Formats: sequence, C-alpha cells, structure tokens
Amino acid sequence: MPDIHLFKVAAPNVAKKAQAGQFVVIRIDERGERIPLTIADWDREEGSITIVFMEVGTTTRRLALLETGDFIADFIGPLGLPTHIEKFGTVICVAGGFAVATIMPIARAMRIEGNRVISIMGARNKSLIFWEDKLRGVSDQLIVTTDDGSHARQGLVTEPLKELLETGEKIDRVIAIGPSIMMKFCAKTTQPFGVKTIVSLNPIMVDGTGMCGCCRVSVGGVTKFACVDGPDFDGHQVDWDLLFARQRIYLDEEKRSFEQWQSQYGTRS
Amino acid sequence: MPKQVPNLRARNFNEVALGYTAEQAQAEANRCIQCPKHSCIDGCPVEIDIPGFIKAIRDDDMPEAVRIMKDKNSLPGICGRVCPQETQCEAACSLAKKGAPIAIGRLERYVADWERANVKSAGSPIVQPAPTSKRVAVVGSGPASLTAAADLAKLGHSVTIFEALHVAGGVLMYGIPEFRLPKDIVQAEVGYVVSLGIELELDTVVGKTVTVDELLSNGYQAVFLGPGAGAPMFLNIPGENLNGIYSANEFLTRVNLMKAYRFSEYDTPVKVGKRVAVIGGGNVAMDSARCALRLGADEVYIIYRRSEVEMPARREEVENAMEEGIQFKLLTNPKSCIGDESGQVKALELYEMELGEPDDSGRRRPIPKPGTEYIFDIDVVVVALGTRPNPIIPSTTKDLETTRWGTILTDEVTGKTSKLGVWCGGDMATGAATVISAMGAGKRAATNIDEYLEA
Ligand SMILES: Cc1cc2nc3c(=O)[nH]c(=O)nc-3n(C[C@H](O)[C@H](O)[C@H](O)COP(=O)(O)OP(=O)(O)OC[C@H]3O[C@@H](n4cnc5c(N)ncnc54)[C@H](O)[C@@H]3O)c2cc1C
Ligand SMILES: Cc1cc2nc3c(=O)[nH]c(=O)nc-3n(C[C@H](O)[C@H](O)[C@H](O)COP(=O)(O)OP(=O)(O)OC[C@H]3O[C@@H](n4cnc5c(N)ncnc54)[C@H](O)[C@@H]3O)c2cc1C
Ligand code: SF4
Ligand code: SF4
Ligand code: FES
Repeated sequence: MPDIHLFKVAAPNVAKKAQAGQFVVIRIDERGERIPLTIADWDREEGSITIVFMEVGTTTRRLALLETGDFIADFIGPLGLPTHIEKFGTVICVAGGFAVATIMPIARAMRIEGNRVISIMGARNKSLIFWEDKLRGVSDQLIVTTDDGSHARQGLVTEPLKELLETGEKIDRVIAIGPSIMMKFCAKTTQPFGVKTIVSLNPIMVDGTGMCGCCRVSVGGVTKFACVDGPDFDGHQVDWDLLFARQRIYLDEEKRSFEQWQSQYGTRS
Repeated sequence: MPKQVPNLRARNFNEVALGYTAEQAQAEANRCIQCPKHSCIDGCPVEIDIPGFIKAIRDDDMPEAVRIMKDKNSLPGICGRVCPQETQCEAACSLAKKGAPIAIGRLERYVADWERANVKSAGSPIVQPAPTSKRVAVVGSGPASLTAAADLAKLGHSVTIFEALHVAGGVLMYGIPEFRLPKDIVQAEVGYVVSLGIELELDTVVGKTVTVDELLSNGYQAVFLGPGAGAPMFLNIPGENLNGIYSANEFLTRVNLMKAYRFSEYDTPVKVGKRVAVIGGGNVAMDSARCALRLGADEVYIIYRRSEVEMPARREEVENAMEEGIQFKLLTNPKSCIGDESGQVKALELYEMELGEPDDSGRRRPIPKPGTEYIFDIDVVVVALGTRPNPIIPSTTKDLETTRWGTILTDEVTGKTSKLGVWCGGDMATGAATVISAMGAGKRAATNIDEYLEA
C-alpha cells in the first residue's frame, strides 16, 4: 500500500487502558517532533497497540522507515476522551482514507452496545483500500466507495450517506472520521436531516494533555482544546475554517524540515 | 556577578549570568558575619544551613559545602539560579537591614557548579538508608515532586516518579529558558535525585495511563501529587485563535523542551516573528519576550495593562529584558486580534489604560480609557497571562476535593489532601508560585508521608 502504514507497537500500559476514539502521542527520537496518532486497535493480552498512519511529512516518513524490532522513543497514551458509545439505535460510521482504522474500533464498540451499524468507507483508489473485511466484520452493512471507481462503488462517501438519510429510515447518529474536508462535508450532508454527527478533529498538537493550547478549536463559538475536550466534537458546531487555517500554520517550516531531512538521508525508492 | 553583554546575549541562548570566580566567591563568603541567630535560614523554605555552607566556602572545603547544601536541597544549581532570593533568604539576612545582604543564591550556585565541574559521578556519596519496604508513587517531576522523591528515598522508601512528558523536570525543562537555566544543569540535578534509587517512569499521564486509585490499589502505600498548574489561560478576545498567537506555555515548550531554536536540526518548528508582542508582565512574559528576541525577532514588545511598579516579574529580569532591547508598552491592553486572509495574525487592536483605586491584590486597578483604540502591527503574539491547574487528575480520582480555583484542597503544613494516602504540593496546591515554595511543600509532605508510613 503506498504511503499508508500499519504498525503494531508493544505498549502494555497504553493497551491496558485504550478505548475507541483515543489517541497516542509519539516521538521517534531525541530530535523528533511529538505527533498524535489515533489508536486503531489494541490487544490487552499481548500488550500491543495498532497505529495506522499516512506519510505526509518528516515524522510520518521517518516513522515509515522503521522496521520490525525497532524502537520508538516515546509512546504516550491513551489520550483524549473516548468516543461516546451508547445504544442509540442505528448508527452510520463513515471513514475517509486511512481513518478506516480509526472507525473500526468505534463501529465495533457501537455494535457490541447493541446498535445497528452501517459503515461507509471511501478512498481515492483501490490501492488505498485496507481493512475492508475487518470493518465488514463489525458492521451490519458496509458500503465501499473509491473516487475513481477502481474498486466497488465510484464516488465520495457523502453520496451513500445522503442516500441513506433520504430513505427516511431513522438514523440516530453519524460518526464521520477522515480528512478534515471530508468530515466537514459529511457534517454538511447530515445537517438538513438533523442527525447528530460526531467528528474527530485533528489540529496540530504538542503535548496532548491540555498544557499548551496548540490544539484549540472552536465549537459552538467556544474555544476547546481538542486533546482533552475531544478529539470528538459535534460536527454541526465546528468552525471548520479555523481548523483548516490552524492546520496550515507551519507549512513553510514543514517543507524546510522535510527538505533538510531528505537532503541528509537521501530519497527513498 | 559577571553577565554576557546585552547586545551579544540578546542573540544567543547561552546563559546570561556567568557565575562567580573563586576569588569573588571567597570575597562574598568572607562578608558573612556568621550570626548566631542565622535569620537567613528562616527565609529558606528548605532550611539550608546557610552559614554552614558559607563557612565551608570560606575554609576552602568545597566537598563539605556540597554536603551541607545537599543535606537539605537536592537541586542547588537550579535554586541558585532561579530562586527569588531577594524575597527569601537574602531578605532575611541580617546584613540586609544595614546594606547589601549576602548573595546567598550566587554562592549556592557557585557550590553547585563547583560540584558539577569537580566531582565525577552525578551524586556525591550518601549513606545508604535501610530499606523500609514501603512504596510511594510521586506524580510529576517538577521541583515539588523531585524534592519529595529525594527526601523519601533518603529515608529508605522505594519511590517511583510518574511523569507525563518525555523528560523529567517540569517547568524547569519546558518553561524556564536555557539562557536562565541551562537544561544540562537541570538534567544533572534530576540525575542526582534518580541516583538515590528512584525509578523514573516517563511518558505516563496519571489519570490517563494509570489513575491515582489504581496506584493505591497496586502496591503503593502513599501518593504524592506534584503536577503543577500547567493549563494556559487566554484573554478571550476576538481573533485569539489566529495563527501566530501562542500561549506562553506552547511558545516556551516549543523553544525549550522541543528545541525549536535549533530547527531544523530538531523537528519541531516555531514561528519566528519580525514584530512580536508578549501580553503580560510576569516572569513568564519576560522569558517569552527574551526567547522571541533570541530566535531572531527585530522588535519585541511587552504589553502590560498596569504600570512598571505593578509588574509581578522579578526586578532583575525586567532590567535584563530592558537591557537587551525589549520595549515596554505599559498601561496598554489588547482589545482584539486582527488577521489576514490566510488566518495569520497581522495586528493587535490596543487601547490605553489608567490606574484607579487598589483592587483585591492591593495593586491599583487598570481602567480603560475610552476612545484610545489604535492598530498595532504584529506578526507573532505570545499570551502570558498565567496558568490554571489541569483537571486531569482531580477529575479521574475518587474523593479528591478541589477548591474553586481548581487547585487540590491541601493542608499547608502537612501537604495532606482530602483523600487518605494522597498528598499534594507545589503549583497544584497553591496556584502558580515559585520553585522554592514548591520544594518546601515537597519537603514537608515527605516528612508527613514518612510519619504516616511508619505509624
Ligand atoms: C487526534 C489526532 C489523531 C490523528 N490520528 C492520525 C492517524 O491515526 N493516522 C495519521 O496518519 N495521522 C493522524 N493524525 C495526523 C497526524 O498527527 C499528522 O499527520 C502528523 O502530525 C504529521 O506529522 P509529519 O511530521 O509527518 O508532517 P508535518 O511535516 O508536520 O506536516 C505535513 C502535513 O501534515 C499536516 N499536519 C501536521 N500536523 C498535523 C496534524 N496534527 N493533523 C493533521 N494534519 C497535520 C500539515 O498541515 C502538513 O500539511 C492525527 C491527528 C490528531 C490531532
Ligand atoms: C516561564 C516560567 C518561568 C518561571 N521562572 C521562575 C523563576 O525564575 N523562579 C521561580 O522560583 N519560579 C519560576 N517559575 C515558577 C516555577 O517554575 C513553578 O512555580 C514551579 O516549577 C512549580 O513546581 P511544581 O513542582 O509544582 O510543578 P511543575 O514544575 O509545573 O512540574 C509539574 C510536572 O508534572 C507533570 N505532570 C502534570 N500532570 C501530570 C499527570 N497527570 N501525570 C504525570 N505527570 C504530570 C508535568 O508534565 C510537569 O513535568 C516560572 C514558571 C514559568 C512557567
Ligand atoms: S534554596 Fe533559595 S531560598 Fe533557600 S538558600 Fe538557596 S537561594 Fe535562598
Ligand atoms: S544572616 Fe546573613 S550574615 Fe548572618 S549568617 Fe546568614 S547569610 Fe551570614
Ligand atoms: S496539544 Fe497541547 S493543549 Fe492540546
């Protein structure tokens, strides 16, 4: 799979406590940045945590170069509030891109709680599809889309979402996780139907424990720290433009950091 | 004490104060009249035998000076640098009434620096205490926790420190900048504390990774909480979430802990502004402003709503900042933050204040002057308004009472909380205070925990 990686990390203390919707903060080594990654799965007996990440910049690319048996200097968690799991009735879980991994434990927990779970997963193309069977296994129904139609249904995840809402069937809650823009459009899709829609926000973070305020987002006109008040919020209340702007704070610096790293360590095949 | 000259130091992160030479230390030690009442000790929350270590310097018995110091204070290199001595030991020195008090802090620093330069291992030899088989969990690794942990270990208890961040030291590591408190000195003193036989568990957020109740039911007989007051406050004015606006905590953490001043050798970035405004008038504001200057800003402003006399920062730090070229906009307050189309801050709307009657804090209350609003161009803003306690621990611990300020309800003398087996000290008990008051609290709690464990 290009650019998306799945790691299983030995972290018994985190595994003991992990719940759906929480995340970890990792730091590769002494010089590394602290970055947040969602807990995609856990095994309490084995003491392991699964993370799934996409290569977008220096840290995620360096992470991708690690091999089985390598160490990550810091692996902190579980952080953030767990996703609110309750028997709602019918729940739609929507995942965009690598967030299939994030939605899986939530769909599973919702199902165990007695909900009827309809999952929708979408990716740009066939090569980016993974965990399809795993998600199907924890859902009552699964709809798969690709932007280019190279696998399953062609289109964006918002299309089947809208159709489901339009059938008039009672949908009690939607959980949408993926790229910010996809979450925004899922929230826009459900708004006219008045279905509560939870999104998992991913602002830039430093500590992940409420100490710096880097992760501040605006929800219902109130400033919240996503790492301790979230990351889950009501998608209809989120100030999306602020989130998009704050995710771009360090574009120049991130580019410089990556170029420097690349010139030092060469390009990868 | 010699210092780096202002125009040079304003552009580097090396330590500003250079420390005494041996001759200077001798001369200062010789001024001490060794008064029998030694009122200086009453001014030190950890009760260092001040005349004792000064006499050892005078006798040129430096190992003895170190021994006396470390008997009470496990972090002398830190205290000698950042203690507000002028309101502590030095204020109590009997020479203070007649003229200049003994520069106790500088001598303390001299002793600590001598040890680091001349003694090989991190710790000086200590007598191994008899193990008590009692286990104590210490939460956080700031000065309160380090002191409690060291004292408990010296009494033979087996101590584990749980720290949320990836290094130990608390504000000493992530807040106070390198040029005031070099990080290798903090790590050397943390190393000494750990060498007393303490286990250090980093990357462990108590309340998330493990709760206080779990610690108590999993083999720890007592828990000391020293998580500080780490949650930043903002102004709550329009535009405050624009890019380029930082809490002082974030700005200083990026610069100090994550070493953004050495970007891109280190991966964590920070915005280097051309015109930087720091809002606030305390030590944290001074540190932020001086960091911004050292990162390469052309102009750095302190924006403070009262006048110079009400500024809570230490006088010495205000003077250092002024010498380095920080500009002070006093009796001035921000009304809103103005951004460009990409969401980056480009200006502050400021207005003028005047001083009215004294308020609860005894300082004259700032009152806005209507119609004085103006636009002030700026590209980075650091909000240094202070911090509140982080609710993670109180909200995840049964029967732990808090006050209306969010601090943990704590007995000032014993450090006891409302929960059996749990003590607290430092900024989490008092609200943001000082390194030495946190250490004093850690020490008192350790004594009380020891009594509890031995009972
Ligand atoms: C709660 C939370 C959970 C997350 N879970 C996952 C996950 O499971 N898998 C995954 O691949 N990513 C996840 N992210 C995003 C991940 O943290 C970023 O991709 C990572 O920080 C990028 O670091 P980098 O050094 O590789 O890239 P950088 O060089 O720092 O940035 C490269 C690009 O990524 C964007 N970016 C930087 N930081 C973030 C961020 N925190 N969130 C979103 N975009 C960012 C930048 O704007 C830039 O466009 C999560 C973020 C949050 C806040
Ligand atoms: C920029 C700045 C400059 C300052 N300058 C001075 C000065 O010159 N002189 C002076 O005397 N004082 C100064 N102070 C104040 C002083 O640093 C603090 O009063 C002191 O550090 C408080 O000590 P503490 O032990 O209570 O907590 P902290 O030093 O705040 O340490 C708390 C530690 O606990 C950890 N922690 C928090 N929550 C958890 C959790 N849930 N689980 C595990 N670990 C946790 C934190 O990560 C941190 O490492 C300054 C403060 C700042 C911010
Ligand atoms: S620790 Fe602080 S108060 Fe105590 S003697 Fe040293 S400088 Fe003075
Ligand atoms: S009070 Fe001052 S002069 Fe007297 S012993 Fe203490 S330091 Fe020396
Ligand atoms: S990441 Fe620092 S407060 Fe949320």
